[in-house]
Amino acid sequence: MTTVKEGPARQSGNGTIPVVRPQLPRWAPLLVAGWALAVAVLLMIFLGWGLVGTGATAGLVYLVALPLWSSAVEGGRKAKDRFATGLMWLAFVVAMLPLVTLVWQVLSNGLPVISGQFLTYNMRNVVGEGGGIYHAIMGTVIITLWATLISVPVGVLAAIYLVEYGEEKKLARAVTFLVDVMTGIPSIVAGLFAYALFVIFFGPGVRMGFGGSVALSVLMIPIVVRATEEMLKLVPNELREASYALGVPKWRTVTKVVLPTAMAGIITGVMLAVARVAGETAPLLIIAGDTDSDNFNAFAERMATLPVFIYYSYTQPGVPPEFGQARAWGAALVLITIVMLLNLTARAVSKYFAPKTGR
Amino acid sequence: MAKSIDISDLDIYYGDFLAVEGVSLTIRARSVTAFIGPSGCGKSTFLRSLNRMHEVIPGAWVDGKVVIDGQELYGPNVDPVEVRRQIGMVFQRPNPFPTMSIYDNVLAGNRLNSKRMKKAEADGIVERSLRGANLWTEVKDRLTKPGASLSGGQQQRLCIARAIAVEPQVLLMDEPCSALDPISTAAIEDLIHDLKQDYTIVIVTHNMQQAARVSDETGFFNLKAAGQPGHLVEFNSTEKMFAGPDNPATEDYISGRFG
Repeated sequence: MTTVKEGPARQSGNGTIPVVRPQLPRWAPLLVAGWALAVAVLLMIFLGWGLVGTGATAGLVYLVALPLWSSAVEGGRKAKDRFATGLMWLAFVVAMLPLVTLVWQVLSNGLPVISGQFLTYNMRNVVGEGGGIYHAIMGTVIITLWATLISVPVGVLAAIYLVEYGEEKKLARAVTFLVDVMTGIPSIVAGLFAYALFVIFFGPGVRMGFGGSVALSVLMIPIVVRATEEMLKLVPNELREASYALGVPKWRTVTKVVLPTAMAGIITGVMLAVARVAGETAPLLIIAGDTDSDNFNAFAERMATLPVFIYYSYTQPGVPPEFGQARAWGAALVLITIVMLLNLTARAVSKYFAPKTGR
Repeated sequence: MAKSIDISDLDIYYGDFLAVEGVSLTIRARSVTAFIGPSGCGKSTFLRSLNRMHEVIPGAWVDGKVVIDGQELYGPNVDPVEVRRQIGMVFQRPNPFPTMSIYDNVLAGNRLNSKRMKKAEADGIVERSLRGANLWTEVKDRLTKPGASLSGGQQQRLCIARAIAVEPQVLLMDEPCSALDPISTAAIEDLIHDLKQDYTIVIVTHNMQQAARVSDETGFFNLKAAGQPGHLVEFNSTEKMFAGPDNPATEDYISGRFG
């Protein structure tokens, strides 16, 4: 809008600078949202539209009505702002829909199953009702722990090499490229790789939890490298120089100055990587297998894990199928809870380790 | 414990690029030597080459001789880490270690080299260094607070305390006051005056009044032309530099008729 409409903004005849413009009341967006919803509900009642159509209509009506009203009163710039804001909110709602429905679905199906018995019993000799997922919880914890023990040293050390010692060397560029390639490996391929590797040593048909850990660490290492690399790059060069200027050798500078400064971010990255692989199914299906009994030894025999348990409980629930499927939902809820707890821990830890300004 | 530095025919490079050409001078012990000059003329680069911090930048190297106490700094068997223990440095921007308390920041040079010492000895070093940096009375009640909790001027004095805690022979200062207000600047200039009793001090500054106030000898760096390497135009006692310099270019720069 280059020409300003007749209004208070134009009343600058007495020499005041035109900074005052008419504005919509603060409750205007809420009011329009209410109208839009009402229009959509009317359509739903009279034309028999479904929920999706109603929601889309409400959104569209809001996106048209509010900017129109705004451009009539406030002018073009504000109207565009209202339109863009509305679009953002709509996108937010659309993005939240799957998350909310997923959480709702898992909670409503899973919560009734959760009980003391469900969390502390395994599935040995269980037909129909009863049984629990203790063996699968422990399996997931053990396999993920081993995967973390493998990936963190390898990943963090690789990142330290890349950032502190790489300096555009050929080896560093090759490592960066390989990490990029590793990021794209499908999880089933990681599982096949681990299986093929363990077949060399233990013969065909091998199943063990540690094999699952190796497969998961193939998926985890690139995430850890990337996260650590980014965190190390954030450490200001001035701190390294300050340390060198005190006559501190490079390796001590890295271990005592750079790593502590980046520690919070590194731990967060590792936790998120753990949360990411804890829900992997395909590789564990191949190499860790499934069992109904407790097996806490990662180096022998099949080991149940939550994702694999969910998969088998839902695809082969037994007769009658209700109990197996209910257990699958319960296990899904437990898995999501574990992952969420890991994320929350990551946040708490990063807050605790973050360099303090203390102002 | 102060030492003098003899520099002869020093050329400083970044990769193929010659940044500073043919510097020869002697920095006297227990005195303050200032270097002035326009931006980008290589003052800081020259300063960093005096404790082998220059080569920390990938591709940077040096040709020429820097001799301290009869030892050639760029000799074949010289360990740069040992050099930096003898020649401390204070940077333009205060850079205390964010993960450490004030106390640990002062001891960083000792602790990071995992020198073992008793608590009393460590306390002694902290108090002496902080007193030396004129900061003790301000922070003595909050030594366990993070170093980043101090104001900019205090942080810079903390960095000076950290540098003198390892008792170097020489203290290099790269525009130590450029990020500070006039009060903090005055505090640090007073400090430089006191430190000169024990240390050889080399300071790079943009502020000619500061050079005139704190230094005994002054060097003027300039570019021959844009894109040409920087070089040392004149090196003289500060009095002579500011009263009647030998070189007309120096006079132009100092009197503000530059270029």
